[in-house]
Order: sequence, then structure tokens, then C-alpha cells
Amino acid sequence: MSKQVTLTINDRQVTVPDGTLVADAAKMAGIDIPVFCHHPKLEPVGMCRMCLVEIGRPMLDRTSGQVVMENGQPKIQFMPKLETACTNRVSEGMVVMTVSDKAKDGQKGTVEFLLTSHPLDCPVCDKGGECPLQNLTMQFGPGKSRFIYDEKLHLEKQVPLGELIWLDRERCIQCARCIRFQDEVAGEAVLGFDDRGRNTQIVSLSDPGFDSVFSGNTTDICPVGALTTADFRFGARPWELDAEASICTQCPVGCNTTLNTRREARTNGDIVVKRVMPRQNEEVNEIWLCDKGRFAHHYTESRKRLTRPLTRKEGKLGRASWDAATKLAAENFVSAKKNFVVLASGRLANEDLFNLKSLADHAGGSAVLYSDMGGGELTQLVGVGAGTNIGKMGAGDAILVVASDLYEEAPIWWLRVKQAADRGATLIVANPRETKLDRFAKYTIRYAYGDEGKTINDFSRKSKIADEFAKAKNAIIFYGSEGLGLNGSSTLASACATLLKETDHVGRPNNGLIGVWQRANDQGAWEVGFRPVPDLEKALKGKAVYIAGADPVGDDPNLAKALKGAKFVAVQDILETATTEIADVVFPAQAFTEREGTYISGERRVQRFYAAVPPKGDSKPDFSITSQVAKQMGVILEGSSASVVFDILANSIDGMAELSYAKLAEVRGQWPIVGRGDLYYGGTTYENTQGLGVQLLPMAQAGGAVRIPKVRKEAALRPKEKELIAVPVNKLYDRGVTIHPAQLLNDRVGEAMVSLHPATAKKMGLTAGGRIKISFDGVSGEALLKTDDTISTGVALVPRSMGLAIREPVTARVLSAGKVK
Amino acid sequence: MAYVLLRHRDIPNFDRLDVYKKNGGFAAWKKAVTKMEPAEVTNIVKDSGLRGRGGAGFPTGMKWSFIDKNNWPHYVVANADESEPGTFKDREIMESNPFQFLEGVALGSYAVGANVAYVYLRGEFWQLAAFLDQKIADMEKAGYLGDNLFGTEYSLKIYTHLGAGAYICGEETALLESLEGKRGQPRVRPPFPPAYGLYGKPTIINNVETFANVPMILANGADWYKSLGTMDSAGVKVFSLSGRVRKPGNYELPFGTTFRQLIYEHAGGVQEGRPVKAIMPAGASSSLIVVDDKVLDTPMDYATVRTLGADLGSASVIVLDDTVDIDWVINKTIHFFKHESCGKCTPCREGNYWMKHLTSRIHSGTGSKDDVDLLLNVAKQMQNKCLCALGEFSTMAVVTGIERFPQDFKKAVKA
Amino acid sequence: MSLENTHPKEVKQILSKYPPEHKRSAVMPLLYLAQREEGFITKSAMQDIAQMLEITETEVASIVGFYTLYHDQKAGKYRMQVCTDLPCALRGADEFLDNLCSNLGIKVGETTADGLVTLESVMCLAACDKAPMFQTQGPDGIKYHELMTVDRTMELIEALKQADREEK
Ligand SMILES: Cc1cc2nc3c(=O)[nH]c(=O)nc-3n(C[C@H](O)[C@H](O)[C@H](O)COP(=O)(O)O)c2cc1C
Ligand code: SF4
Ligand code: FES
Repeated sequence: MSKQVTLTINDRQVTVPDGTLVADAAKMAGIDIPVFCHHPKLEPVGMCRMCLVEIGRPMLDRTSGQVVMENGQPKIQFMPKLETACTNRVSEGMVVMTVSDKAKDGQKGTVEFLLTSHPLDCPVCDKGGECPLQNLTMQFGPGKSRFIYDEKLHLEKQVPLGELIWLDRERCIQCARCIRFQDEVAGEAVLGFDDRGRNTQIVSLSDPGFDSVFSGNTTDICPVGALTTADFRFGARPWELDAEASICTQCPVGCNTTLNTRREARTNGDIVVKRVMPRQNEEVNEIWLCDKGRFAHHYTESRKRLTRPLTRKEGKLGRASWDAATKLAAENFVSAKKNFVVLASGRLANEDLFNLKSLADHAGGSAVLYSDMGGGELTQLVGVGAGTNIGKMGAGDAILVVASDLYEEAPIWWLRVKQAADRGATLIVANPRETKLDRFAKYTIRYAYGDEGKTINDFSRKSKIADEFAKAKNAIIFYGSEGLGLNGSSTLASACATLLKETDHVGRPNNGLIGVWQRANDQGAWEVGFRPVPDLEKALKGKAVYIAGADPVGDDPNLAKALKGAKFVAVQDILETATTEIADVVFPAQAFTEREGTYISGERRVQRFYAAVPPKGDSKPDFSITSQVAKQMGVILEGSSASVVFDILANSIDGMAELSYAKLAEVRGQWPIVGRGDLYYGGTTYENTQGLGVQLLPMAQAGGAVRIPKVRKEAALRPKEKELIAVPVNKLYDRGVTIHPAQLLNDRVGEAMVSLHPATAKKMGLTAGGRIKISFDGVSGEALLKTDDTISTGVALVPRSMGLAIREPVTARVLSAGKVK
Repeated sequence: MAYVLLRHRDIPNFDRLDVYKKNGGFAAWKKAVTKMEPAEVTNIVKDSGLRGRGGAGFPTGMKWSFIDKNNWPHYVVANADESEPGTFKDREIMESNPFQFLEGVALGSYAVGANVAYVYLRGEFWQLAAFLDQKIADMEKAGYLGDNLFGTEYSLKIYTHLGAGAYICGEETALLESLEGKRGQPRVRPPFPPAYGLYGKPTIINNVETFANVPMILANGADWYKSLGTMDSAGVKVFSLSGRVRKPGNYELPFGTTFRQLIYEHAGGVQEGRPVKAIMPAGASSSLIVVDDKVLDTPMDYATVRTLGADLGSASVIVLDDTVDIDWVINKTIHFFKHESCGKCTPCREGNYWMKHLTSRIHSGTGSKDDVDLLLNVAKQMQNKCLCALGEFSTMAVVTGIERFPQDFKKAVKA
Repeated sequence: MSLENTHPKEVKQILSKYPPEHKRSAVMPLLYLAQREEGFITKSAMQDIAQMLEITETEVASIVGFYTLYHDQKAGKYRMQVCTDLPCALRGADEFLDNLCSNLGIKVGETTADGLVTLESVMCLAACDKAPMFQTQGPDGIKYHELMTVDRTMELIEALKQADREEK
């Protein structure tokens, strides 16, 4: 533990770690010092002058260096000037007075100065009700304005900084929190001040404006109503909102969120989610969220939501009762015997996946994970140790990111890894092309697509990088599926696990393997026993298929063909998809906002989410639907209580026996303290009162033997002349069903695109920005051409879920769209 | 008496390297590098009693001795931002006596172990920067700058860097930010530059005039320097004299010279023989001194001027005669500070904006007595609360103007 | 067109002044270089400099906005910047500027019809003993003109006009 220091704040003795800022020390002791520019996650700047206090220090004798005593007490020498609590660090014997007349006078003065330029338009301000300036004005503000109202500065009030964030120039108090967040935390300095003095104003010159996937966070830490989200502004008053804890479903980070809901006239009095706010979990997302997590939730309100069970009669889908629909499915599943296949994705909760897996097991069918990425059994074996917190990694530690573009795939991991690098951790980024993480890496390794496993295996040979990785106190590897299908990613996972084992980086906190999965709960699916299969088409053809939380028909024409050849298809989902269109039975499922359940993050943290809004129509939670189908098949599965399903699940899975909903709901005190009444301190992030979750012990930590199976790598592709190798890459804003319906993000989604090396494009007579036609694996489609000179000349990058179906590297032909008939 | 700093006034073509050298130039430099320990140089400067000429009067040798010796590299920066209204001394030194200044920078660099020094000039000194670049090139050619100087291990490069119109960049930490390619806004102090300066490395920043003293101190010894000036303020000072005097300009005089001597003996008295009404001894940042015979006979050194309720600062003496209205003066100074406030901290940013409204109203005759009271109150509300001294500076003339020249404000406002 | 292509020697010389890991320091001299081209700093120049120094365009713009000698708007070929600060004003600078305005037929902040001169009022230029004075900021950098009269100023403008004509 670091050295502790004892000081006195307002006659209270306080003991805090050495180096703590006075403002934070007061906070720890429950004493509020008002602040605006200070934020516990940002470097101190002392610019707003709100936190003025009196600070005294024990007087030292000039010659002896000893503390001067007076009446048996150390003599305290006060500075003649007030000092900022946010920039001064505590020292032994310090005396701080935060509410003396002099200190209050200073604080009052600052509020008055801030208000001279403030428009005082609180009645029409979005921040009203949760505004630090409003609250502090109540506490410290003058009763009467001495500044002549007519002399107030008038500035633009509705400035879109990008399509997501709006700025009100009059309300800005120049605390620079937003600028500093973007620069220090996000590492994307796309906000800045223009001009100076009283003309100082926020600007963003990036193209597109405010070009950062972390932009929403600035609205949480803005201490006034200057920055608001396009999504929420003028949407509701904070005091009308209810709050319910949830987990973000967009990626495997598992950010803790709070859903703010309200009954809405616009939607016929339905209760809807008005906004998604971060909920503090210092080990997961701290107090941040990415914009996808904040804004994409609208898909749950899509007009394409399924609300009634449907069955196919005379070739057409029509309404049916739950009983009839589940019965029809059950009959077909029973008669299929071992030709019964459950195909489910990591979009589902653990409870859902567990019931589905149980059903498949009881019925003698198979349970297939809808995913192109392998290695989940290895993350169970050598995943990061329980107690892992990337936020505590720094100098002496190492992080290797391979075959993943974390910025696009798991933004909050990107941010935390970047900050670990800022703190001195050795960051190694291995990827065939340049990614945004490269800028913070100590080493970047470029390999050719296909050489992933080899690149990691080479680590066992002597090299400076390998050496540094091996010697690191702690080391984590993030591996992903860039350029890889199931086989390639399994091979890579195996190589990574071997490296971790050989360098003794397993079985401890902050050590181990993390899969950058494509869906939020893929890890959970692996834990309950779902596995992807190498040849999905074959696995589906001619079978009775029960699809949950996946749209194979919409994703891939080859799978569509396979499913058309299926014997029977039942689909359960929250939205109409291309797959529900071909289904024999459709079950309407509830969105995660409407029910409770658990997910397991990539760091293997089991986390609870709660019901925030009422379900749509007749929809049911997935696990209930499955239980009903099971019942019709003569199998009894728990279907009414998610927590009971979880208890059964926990009892039947190694290492989870201790877990329960109650356990997952436990909280501990966290630092910094946020989300209490004093919103000026941490911003509007919610305090975590509903559960920090529990991280699972990997087998390596639980004492199990670490035996890593070798994966045989498939033979390399041999493109013919004029052919390229098309490789899949992952994009943050894709056209997937959990994003596309969110209107606000449409501008950033863009259209299907393919990237080539500029030389390749040139050789083929193609120009960036033009349209091309690409065909592979029996699929063909049009796309926009981009060039990227950091990739090799023989490949074409094809983003997943952007309209071109790609599951693994394939040989492809690319032509100008004009040349194709 | 021979000039110490403005030696070009005694010696023609003093800005030529050969002339400078012939008159003893670079002897101290060569001796320091080849025969002295860096600490010796610092000690001589310490013993001389030299105090910084940038305004705060901080003992120079002491500052040099604060450099953090556990963190390398070290940098030296010459503050040639010279933007205080009424100050124009550094410009003359650099324009006419460039080598003595550069030799001072070199000696300072050697004393603190810096191998790179920057001269940060205000952007308006565009031509001067080009001129200094030439002089630096001359020194490099003559072997006074560059690698392995005089055959020793020691190497030194000096570079010029131009600001671009911001008074605040004279404040040392704002200057460093600017030199790092950022907005020139002050940093929180402490840590001070000798611990955390340019690029976060230990850095010594001194004013141009401060540096120009150093070669002479090394050449003639600390005792010689101490014999000039007063007990409190050793040596000579270049006083920039402006305002209503007959002969405005730079006057190099020993500390302890009286205001009367400066204004009447050296500058030929006040225009049209009018009486002096007020003096601003430190440019626009100054408190206003009500002038009477006693004041005129006050010797100018840091401690004595303080007894008049003002700081000597950079000794840029602005003389106001009885035709000047103080409400007009403060309207001018606030116009300046409002324009130059960097905007980083609230009291200065908002306070100057507010004060500008008030001083304009008062000066234009549409203000009331309440406005004057409010102005004084706002200025006092700013005091001791700003992040850097600019905010404090902006209140000096306002507070002392209203308090010491009440009749001017009675006259200015509506009944 | 990047400054690295149009002014390779200057760019290299500027960058050589600063430690390579702190090349951001070069932003101010590079902005002066860019400003020489058009008399103001274009958006594409900011982009170019941002790229060269590996900072964002917003950061570059934020610096342009802070310092008064950088301009992001076109003005006259020469900016005539008259000091009207306290010391100069005590020696007649305000009257000088007023008279200059009437002579040129423009107000402070405006540009002469021929686009040659923009008249501005600025803060102290460290020439307080030589008032009235101004500086000209133009294609040839910044120049001081001290102890000026309106007549001498009009002569200067005439000479600038002449030179401009010859250039064209
Ligand atoms: C607003 C402000 C402006 C300043 N301007 C200058 C300046 O133009 N030149 C200067 O040498 N010092 C200036 N200073 C003082 C510097 O911060 C610093 O104290 C000085 O350069 C130190 O050098 P010295 O010890 O040789 O005086 C200014 C200070 C402030 C607060
Ligand atoms: S006092 Fe003025 S100049 Fe100094 S930091 Fe504050 S705003 Fe900037
Ligand atoms: S100055 Fe301390 S909170 Fe802003």
C-alpha cells in the first residue's frame, strides 16, 4: 500500500494516500469542495478557480528543518492567497479550511464571475435538474445579478459539433473537461478551444465533426448544459426519468449501463428508454461508454419488432397462439431425432443459451454457436485471472493485441489498453494493417494475412519484443478475428495460449487470454457449451433447425441456400429478419431492456442486467420460449424465473457453483466516488448500486492442468491469377441488426466497402471512391472501393456485416462495377 | 560612467562580432567553458546579487541553483517576449548589443548544463529574430557555439523561436507551452520550470536583460557588480521611460536613481513643462503612484518603490501629467488586459470582460457612482484568485486609480 | 500542396530546431510559413501542418485562434497595425489613427478598396518611445514604422502600391 498521509480538513482528521489532491481527499472524507474543471479522471489544471480553499502547512524551522511547535501543536502557516484544492496535493499535517469566510468568499466570487457570461436559460436547458452550475449557484450564487443583463455576451446556441453532439456556446464555462477528456483519456484531440480570453470557444475541425467514438462521454462530464447528445436533447427532464441497471450488448467488453426510461406520449404512453448512461464499474468501463453503446439501443424500439408468434400456413406466415406455435416446433424437433440442430448466437443471455443447450442435449440434437471465431475453450482455460483490472496495468506490464482492431471492435478495451500504455505498459500491436492503436504501441508487428499463428509462434524465438513480453510482470493477450475464420482464429488462440503458458502469464489477475468476440455474450455461449462448427452449411442442410438470436439468411446467401434445404426452421428473435421470413415458425423474443438475465464478458465477468421497460406485445424472454417448446417435447426446463435458470446453470457448470443473482448484485465502494448528489464532481455517470458482477476463475487459476490442444491449420489459400484473397475485418458501425435501426448512427455506418492496396487498385484500373464488384465463394456484390497502403497487395479487405457475406478468408475476384454486366 | 548593458552607445558597430570580441567579448565565455566548473559560474552570479529583470526581481543565481540535477536534459530559455506596455529595453539590447545577450544565454546554459537554449521572441520581433539568427550563425562560425566548444566536451546550440501576438506568453509557463507548440496558457505552479519546464524537463528562464548582465559580471566580478546600485538591488537597470516626457527612451542607470533624476535630468522633464500627476513604474501592470516631491525624490530599487504602494517590476516607467484623466488610463489598461487575458481561468476571463464594460461606461460619461464602486469591487474580487499574475496585473491600475485618484472618478460619472 | 514540397528547405530547417519527439514545437514557425502564401492560413494548410506534426487539425486551428498574428481570413495585402496602447496613446496615437482613417477613407478593421491595406489597432509593440508607430504585416513579414506622421504613412502606402503594381 502506498504511504498514507494525515491532514485536517475542516477540523476533521483525514488519512489518505500520499499524493492525493486536496479536492479528492475531501471527497474521500465526505466533505464537498465545489469544482468545475477538476475531474478525478483528468489531470489537474486549476483553471476554473471554483475550489478555492485556505491551505496551511506546518511551519519548518529554516535552519533545523524541524517543525516549529506552538503550545505543543505544530505551528501552521497559511498561504496569504486562497489556493486551489484541485491542484494541491496533501502533505502530512496540512490544514485545509473549505468553508471559512475567506474560502466561501472566493467560491462565491467564482460563481458570480461564471454567471456573468452564462445565459441563465435553465428553464429550457437539457441539463436542468442535473446541472452542477445550477446546483452550485443555489449554494454559492449571489441572490441578485450585478452584471447588466443587456451587456451579456450572445453566442450561437445550437452548434452541431458532429451529428451526435450539440454545443450551446453561451452555456459553456470553458472548463475544458471535454477537450481534456478527448486528449488525455480518449487520445483523440478532436475538440479544442478557438480564440482566447472571453472569446474562448469550443471547436471541432475533424472530418466528420467530433470524430471520436467516445464523444458521448463529454456530455456526462460537461458541468453545464453546453454539450448535449442529439439523441436525448429536448427529450426529457432528468427528474422524470427512472433508472435501471443494464449491460451493454454491443460488444464483449460488457460495459455497465443505466437505462433511463420514461412514459412517452409519442409512443402511445409506452415506457421507453430515453437514454443509456454509463454505470460505474472501475474494472470494466470505469465511467465511460462508447457511442455505439450509448446510441445504438434504439434497435429495441424498431418497428420491425416481432410481437406475436407466427406459423406458416399455405406458404404464408400468419398469427398463431403460443401453444400452437410451440407445439408445431416441438413436433418437428421430436421427429427430427438427432437431426435436430439448435443454432444460437452470443446475442442471447446465459439463461437463454443454457435452456437451448439443455434442450438440444435432451433431444439428442446438437447445439451450434453462430460465430466465425474459435478459441473459447482456451479462454476458459487460460483466460484472464479473476481480479483482472486493465485499469491497474502500467509500467512493467505488457499487452499484446493481435488480429483485432480494438477501436472498431471493443472501443472501451481500446481506451483502457491505450491508457495502460500511457501509464507505461508495453503495448504490442500485431496486425496486417495500421490501426488506431498503433500510435500508442511500443512495438507494432505487421504480418501477412494468414501468418497470425506463425507470428505468435515466433515469439518463442528470441527477439527484443518477445523478451520484453516474457519478462513482463503481467501480460494479457487480446486476440481477434481480423482476417480469420473459425479455423484461423482457433489456430491463433492456441498459439496465444501456448505463448502465455510458456511465459508463465496464466492463472493470475492481469494475465491471460481475452477473446475479442463478435458478440457481447459469445464467451457465455462457450461457457454453457455451445461450439461453432467448421461447416455450417452442411450442419443445417436437411435438418430441423431452431435458430435463436441470429440471421444467417440475411448474413450469407450460402447459409440461406442451406436453410432453404432444411427440413424445418423455427426462429426466435426480437426483430423481423430475412431468416424469420423463411421460417416455418417464428417466436417473438423480448429485448434485453425488457427482461433480466446475465452475460459473460470477454474478461469472463458474469454480469446481471435488469428489466427496464415492459415487453412488446406477446413477446417472451428467450429462455421461457425454449422452456415452452421443451415442455411440448416432454422436457421440463425452468421457464418463469431467470434467476432460477441461472441457479441451475451455475450448479451444472464447473467453477460457477458459488454464483447467484444475489452475488452478482453485490457492490463495493469504488473510487472515484461518482453519481451522488454532487454531480459536479464525477459527472452524470451513475453510481453502481446493482452489481459489479463476478469474474470467473480460469481453469489455470482454479488449479486445473493447462493442456493446450494443437489446432491443425488449414492449407493456405492459393489465389489464381487475377484473384485476390478476400479477408474479413470488423467494423464498429456495421449494418448488423443491433445497430442499423438506430437512425442517429446511420451517417457513420456507410455502405458496403472493400479496401485494396493502392498499387493493386491501380494495377486493376480501379480508383478509390469508385464502385467495384467483388465475387467470392459463390457470392457477389457491389461495394465502394477504399485504398489502404498499410495492407499487402494480394488482399481485399471486406468488413463483416456490411452487406457482403464473408466468414473466413476466400479467394475473390474484383472488377470495376462498370465492367460487369 | 561607461555603459554596462547599452555598450553599443559607447562603442560604434558593437553588433559586429569582431568589434564585440575586440572589446573583451566572449572572454568570459571561453574562460567559463575551459577553466570553470558550472557551479562556479552560478556562484558568481549568486554573489553578484543580480535579480531577474523580467519583473519579479527573483535572484538569478538562486534560480539557477534550483535546477533539478536528477532529471536531464536541461534547457535554457531567454524570455524575449517583451510585451508589457511601456517596455522596450530588451529590443534595444538585442538589436544593438546582440552578442552580449547571447553570451549571457551561453553562460547561463553552461552554468545549468543545458546543451540547447531557445530565445523566445514576441512574433512582432520578426526582423529581430532574423537578425539574431545571423548573429548566432556568426558565433557558430567563430566557434563560440556548436559541438565541443573550445575543444571541451561541452556543446551548445541556441535557437530563436517566434511567438505570434500574445502578451501572456511572457509569463514563463505560458511561454513554455507556446514553445511546445500549444496555446500559450499558463501552467499551474508549482512545479516551477527549474523542476518541470520545457518538455517537462528542468528549465531556466530569464529575461533578456538579465542574461545581458552575466558576461559583465563574470568579466568584472561579483563585487564590482554589487558596488553598483543599492543594497537591495545590485547593479544597473535599463529603465524604459515613456508617456508625457520630453525625451522618452531607454536609460541605463544604477538602481537607486530617483524618479526626479530619471525624468528631469535624463529625459528633459515633462512635455510643455507640466507637473507629473502620476507614475506607473511597471508598465500597464503597475499600480498608479500619486506623485509629489517626496515621490520624485524616491530612489528606484525594488524595496523602496514598494514603500510607495507599487512594484518596480520591469521598470517601464510611464509618466502621466496633469492633463491625463485616470478613468481614461484604466479604460486603456483594461482594454489591454481584456484583449490579452488567455481565458484559462474564470476570474481573469470574466472579470476583465466585466471591467471593460464598466470602465467604458465610466469613461464615456454614462456610468454612475455605483458603477465605480462595482468596478472596484469586481477588481478586488479578482485579486489573489487568478491562475497567473496577469489577472492580478489587470486589477492594479483599477484599484489604485479609484482609491488614489477619487476626484477623477467623481468627475467622470453622472451625478 | 504540402509545405514539405513547396518549401522543403525551410521546413527541414524549422524541424531541425526541435527534438524530433517534440516536433509539435514547429507548429508556430510552420504557420508563419503557410501564412506567407496567401496572407492567411487556409484550412488545407492547417491540415497539412497537422499531418506533418502528427497532431489533429483541431489542435492546429486552436493555435491559429489563440495568437493574434495568425489569420484565418483574407484581408488586405498589408495589415497596417497601429499601436494605440496606453504609452503610445499618451503620445498621440489615437489622433494619428483617426487622421489616418479619414485620409484613407476607411474605418479601423476595414480594407482599402484596392485591397492593399487593412487598418488595425493593436496592443503595445515595444516601441513606446517612438509613437506614433505601426507595424505592417505582409508578404515580406513584419516591419516596424516608428515616429510616423500621416503624411509619411501616405507616402509609404503610395510606395507599397507602386511596388504592388510592378509585381503584377
Ligand atoms: C503576464 C506576464 C507577462 C510577462 N511578460 C514578461 C516579458 O515579456 N518578459 C519577461 O522577461 N518576463 C515576463 N514576465 C515574467 C516571467 O514570467 C518570468 O518571471 C521572467 O521571464 C523570469 O526572468 P527573470 O528572472 O530574469 O526576471 C511576465 C510575467 C507575467 C505574469
Ligand atoms: S490570470 Fe488571465 S492570463 Fe492568467 S491564466 Fe487566468 S485567464 Fe489566463
Ligand atoms: S480550479 Fe479547482 S476545480 Fe477548477
